[in-house]
Amino acid sequence: MAQLGAVSQSTPRHSRVRLTQRLQHWLPKLALAPTGVMALVGIYGFMIWTGILSFTGSTFLPSYEFVGFDQYARLLGNDRWLTACTNLAIFGGLFITLCLVIGCFLAVLLDQRIRNEGVIRTIYLYPLALSMIVTGAVWQWILNPSLGLEKLMHDWGWTSFQFDWLTDPEMVIYTIVIAAVWQASGFVMALFLAGLRGIDPAIINAARVDGAGMPRIYLRIVLPAMRPVFFSSVMVLAHIAIKSFDLVTAMTAGGPGYASDLPALFMYSFTFTRGQMGLGAASSILMLGMLLAILVPYLYSELRGQRNG
Amino acid sequence: MKSIRNFLAAAGLSVVLTPAYAGQVEVLHWWTSGGEAKAMGVLKEMMEEQGHTWKDFAVAGGGGEAAMTVLKTRAVSGNPPAAAQIKGLDIQEWAKLGFLTSLDDVAEDAKWDEALPPVVAKTSKYEGDYVSVPINVHRVNWLWANPDVFEKAGVDVPQTLDEFFTAADKLKKADVIPLAHGGQAWQDATVFEAIALAVLGPKDFSAAFVDHDMDVLSGSKMVEALTKFHRIRDYIDPNSVGRDWNVATKMVINGDAAMQIMGDWAKGEFTAAGMVAGEDYLCVPAPGTEGSFTFNIDSLAMFKLNDEEDEKAQKDLARTILEPEFQTVFNKAKGSIPVRTDMDISGFDSCAQAAMESFKTTSDNGQLIPSLAHGMATTSAVQGQVFDVITNFFNTPDADPKTTAERFASAVQSAL
Repeated sequence: MAQLGAVSQSTPRHSRVRLTQRLQHWLPKLALAPTGVMALVGIYGFMIWTGILSFTGSTFLPSYEFVGFDQYARLLGNDRWLTACTNLAIFGGLFITLCLVIGCFLAVLLDQRIRNEGVIRTIYLYPLALSMIVTGAVWQWILNPSLGLEKLMHDWGWTSFQFDWLTDPEMVIYTIVIAAVWQASGFVMALFLAGLRGIDPAIINAARVDGAGMPRIYLRIVLPAMRPVFFSSVMVLAHIAIKSFDLVTAMTAGGPGYASDLPALFMYSFTFTRGQMGLGAASSILMLGMLLAILVPYLYSELRGQRNG
Repeated sequence: MKSIRNFLAAAGLSVVLTPAYAGQVEVLHWWTSGGEAKAMGVLKEMMEEQGHTWKDFAVAGGGGEAAMTVLKTRAVSGNPPAAAQIKGLDIQEWAKLGFLTSLDDVAEDAKWDEALPPVVAKTSKYEGDYVSVPINVHRVNWLWANPDVFEKAGVDVPQTLDEFFTAADKLKKADVIPLAHGGQAWQDATVFEAIALAVLGPKDFSAAFVDHDMDVLSGSKMVEALTKFHRIRDYIDPNSVGRDWNVATKMVINGDAAMQIMGDWAKGEFTAAGMVAGEDYLCVPAPGTEGSFTFNIDSLAMFKLNDEEDEKAQKDLARTILEPEFQTVFNKAKGSIPVRTDMDISGFDSCAQAAMESFKTTSDNGQLIPSLAHGMATTSAVQGQVFDVITNFFNTPDADPKTTAERFASAVQSAL
């Protein structure tokens, strides 16, 4: 292009070409600039601001009277925060494991070239189309002893049937896992299915020729090849678990008591309803820390893998 | 050119000459349900009669959480509404940050100090200046009862805690739920507050939850209060978790449950069901709290404004709210009682009249207690911590009252 312009020697055309060239050079940057600025301010800027607030004695409006690590000390001495973190560990652990196991199992079954695969796939994937708050509301009805499953069984005559996990402080967090797994395992299934389809059938055929049975082929050959899919699923699920808010809000609102509280719920309640912004900010920084603790090793292993490969 | 100037002059003059034009009041509130909205409509009419423009700024959401978020944004950006519904000690916080304006000239003209009980006046003031206007008083320590259910079970409506537990046992045998309850933190706290007041008495209750006396907070009487509070679990149904208060009230209305401990906003539900106070449903002081009055006051805090006309409208709003006329209409619609003790309330129902009588006597003898469960006793930070302890204790089947009382003290300490 530049050479063409130079050859023609015509000044207006020359400048037009240079303009186009410049535009081509700047346009992508210009187009990306607003997004970049938004990301910088809206994500990283606020992250830093939250970090700063966590060291202040802010109550219900931000203030800049610094108190050092006071808020963190208060946070770690707060029973409710400890409950929230324990719950997150239980919820996150079970949610990620169950989603992976169920999703992977469904994907393997669907991978057997069965009839009506499209329909079945859609059925399993579709819970993801519902927002978490809807999922929560629906499961809240199903699991509520006076409305849902338990009442249905009683009405049908099985009066000894008992399923009151939703109102049992010891069990309530597991109840939330049920709803969350229902929502997300279809999504994991879709990811794994795509991964399974990417595997060269020749490998499987070769293994079969060597006399390996289907379970063995999947366990020893196919699933190990799915490492990247496995990792991306864990990443996405971990995100969902840590920021999980709407599901719990709809199902139990953190109750009974605060037995099903999660860090995100804790943060919202302290920052916005209790007027303890400093404490809330400290809790969100710790949540960010949890996320980084998962993200950094993963990114590290991914990037190193690329360099080697 | 000349004509334009004439026009402008005329326009300017007309503004000055039109007496009808005055300021605009914008009021942030979350009274959006039926009776509440009607009550606010009255205020709007009265302001418009005085020639002001009313701008409604209602943010739905019972507890006002959403409204508070909006208010904070507006206040920080320098554009607060004229008045906002803010409660209890949060008024002091807003005033401390310098957002609120002084209403002393209005208060002096209208003689608020004579009309309001000192405790109420105190919650509306910051450093001696009125910065907010109390609108109504709710009594929180009420026990609502369905007389038919009591008659069938052959027991009397309990007056003391001991009677309450005996009556509850009999009701349970008669196959009704003795106490309708909603398992939300503030409702747990409402019930706890009534029991704590009965066990501790008004003086120690205030010492614990208003002055944060650590010895009382973790003392033996508190352990006793917690023990009795935990006993209540036996008399509520297991499905109460997360239930709204009005659903619990419906259980009393339908006769599924015999009683409910709840503030007098419950009256709205009974009225809506076509029931008459004193006949179809009974209101008695929560067991053991006869002679005390836990109050929950709604107030409008007044923000500093820039426009002079708007300021005038704001002052008119403040004055209008405390005028007997508005107090009567509003409180009848809302189910509460007027904040003024010098009013004729013969037109109110029997529960409101009983509440008013108790309000007057308690404001004289010092048994008028700010409600812990409704943010009148302490800041939202301390209140939140106390709620956490209460609700966790209540929802743990084998919780220990003694360690819980100690946790009360440490939780309050950490939030101070």
